[in-house]
Amino acid sequence: MSLSKEQVHHIARLARIAVSDDDVEQFAGQLSSLLDHFSTLSAVDTEGVEPTAHPLPLGNVMRADEPAPSLPLEEVLANAPEHEDGYLRVRAVLE
Amino acid sequence: MTAVATAYETIIGLEVHTQLTTRSKMFCACSADYSGAGPNTHVCPVCLGLPGVLPVINERAIESIVMTGLALNCQIAPFSKFDRKNYPYPDLMKGYQISQYDLPVCHDGWLEITVGGEHKRVGITRVHMEEDTARLLHRVDASTGEGYTLVDVNRSGTPLMEIVSEPDMRTPAEAREYLVRLRQILRYIGVSRANMEEGNFRCDANVSLRPVDAPEYGAKVEIKNMNSFRAVHDALAFEVERQARLLNAGERIVQETRGWVDESQETVSQRTKEEASDYRYFPEPDLPPMRFNEAYLERIRERIPELPEARYRRFLELGLSDYEASTLTESRDRADYYEAVMHALNVDRQRAAKLAANWTLGSVAEWANATGNDVASIPVSAERLAELIQLAEDGTITGTVAKQVFDTMLESGRGARDIVEADGLAQVSGGDELTEIVRKVISENEKAVGDYRAGKESAVKFLVGQVMKATRGRANPQVVQELLVEELG
Repeated sequence: MSLSKEQVHHIARLARIAVSDDDVEQFAGQLSSLLDHFSTLSAVDTEGVEPTAHPLPLGNVMRADEPAPSLPLEEVLANAPEHEDGYLRVRAVLE
Repeated sequence: MTAVATAYETIIGLEVHTQLTTRSKMFCACSADYSGAGPNTHVCPVCLGLPGVLPVINERAIESIVMTGLALNCQIAPFSKFDRKNYPYPDLMKGYQISQYDLPVCHDGWLEITVGGEHKRVGITRVHMEEDTARLLHRVDASTGEGYTLVDVNRSGTPLMEIVSEPDMRTPAEAREYLVRLRQILRYIGVSRANMEEGNFRCDANVSLRPVDAPEYGAKVEIKNMNSFRAVHDALAFEVERQARLLNAGERIVQETRGWVDESQETVSQRTKEEASDYRYFPEPDLPPMRFNEAYLERIRERIPELPEARYRRFLELGLSDYEASTLTESRDRADYYEAVMHALNVDRQRAAKLAANWTLGSVAEWANATGNDVASIPVSAERLAELIQLAEDGTITGTVAKQVFDTMLESGRGARDIVEADGLAQVSGGDELTEIVRKVISENEKAVGDYRAGKESAVKFLVGQVMKATRGRANPQVVQELLVEELG
């Protein structure tokens, strides 16, 4: 299975990663071989097998609706490159 | 309306997002009550999307969505799971939203609406659970003139329910009615404040036109930015006109998203995405799936109060008019108050139903409108109002005085009987006392008496008014008029 350049560009755009034309060549090959590994799974006969929603045999893991204290504002903002009046500040985004 | 060359059928479907009123957020223990709180003060590592954290499902939110599904006649999935909806936008810190894709909690329900006396079922496609996003504020840097964005994560991660209707509505009025009924049910079952102006009940609409009898739907337009029921109605009406005009001019409808602009009363194109959305949904690995068995559903079902439609029908059976029954059942608080008053009255059933309706829709509603409060917070309890109504009903006080006493009860918190006794408001019923007052009024109002005797019958009304004034409303106007006519010969 081989990915086209357009597909690699599309994936890069979804991940918001800038890629050069050279990168695209390289990634197309690498991603294609990754997909080949997964395509091995397609050989398995899954007729009549329910899709797996979760790998662990768990269900209905829930918590009571009890509030607990949140983080102090300084800690919330500690990792933010920019902040203003308690808000996180980011580049302009379109609605 | 301009004349249309072709008759079109309007097809409307609605998507409603409503915040659930839980105490904590959907997947973490941050308080969900952030109104009035400073930015980013209801935030923890989970809703900040920090690495290594584990979301855990809020049990109460799931109970709420199941209750909603049952109230909307939905099937509840025996097996349901969460999925990741991936998108790069800073309103969610994680880079994805935890939502539901192919196995929503509820599906295939319906809601009954009534427009112009016609009953109709609007299908509910699905109701699914997800998390709300952060609030973004768009600003311009004063020094550079460049735009930037501020993020408040408080709302992010609060439980949000998405209710998707079938494209079953045919007019803007039906769409509005659907929203009114939906909001009413959500409030009755107490899962959401469902207040559009507060932003915890939001609606997007899909609208398309097709020639009558055409088998396929036309290209649909999604409308956003509608912040009131009125805006939904007006935006749909505008869009129906716009699409009909384009189709009549032989043009095609572009499938797109348009925003409603309240100021100019029009929808404008919001096409900004150069590529189709690619959310790459996949099962949320951090959250095990949910299973709902019959015992669980039964427990939730037992907690659902009588719904507005059933209550409305029951009120009609009490002998109330359509207007009374529908107005009383508009909110659960009002209907509860009404029933409490009715049950506290010691008169026959039908009379009690009517008296309680008159007061609840009269003086009580006036108080609620004037103060902007819910009936539930009225300082006069249903039992105390019933005591007042009882005094008027057995003739201890007149109807006019009853209204005055009610106002005094609101202001003072005193009981009706106490006010009537202390302020001497009992009805003047003794013939002698009233006759004396009537005679006094006749002797002091020669002109009106002269007018009456000269054949001007309406002059007696004036005299009745004078007697009522002299008794401070404590006399029965009917009796006063009879006495006056008798005395005037």
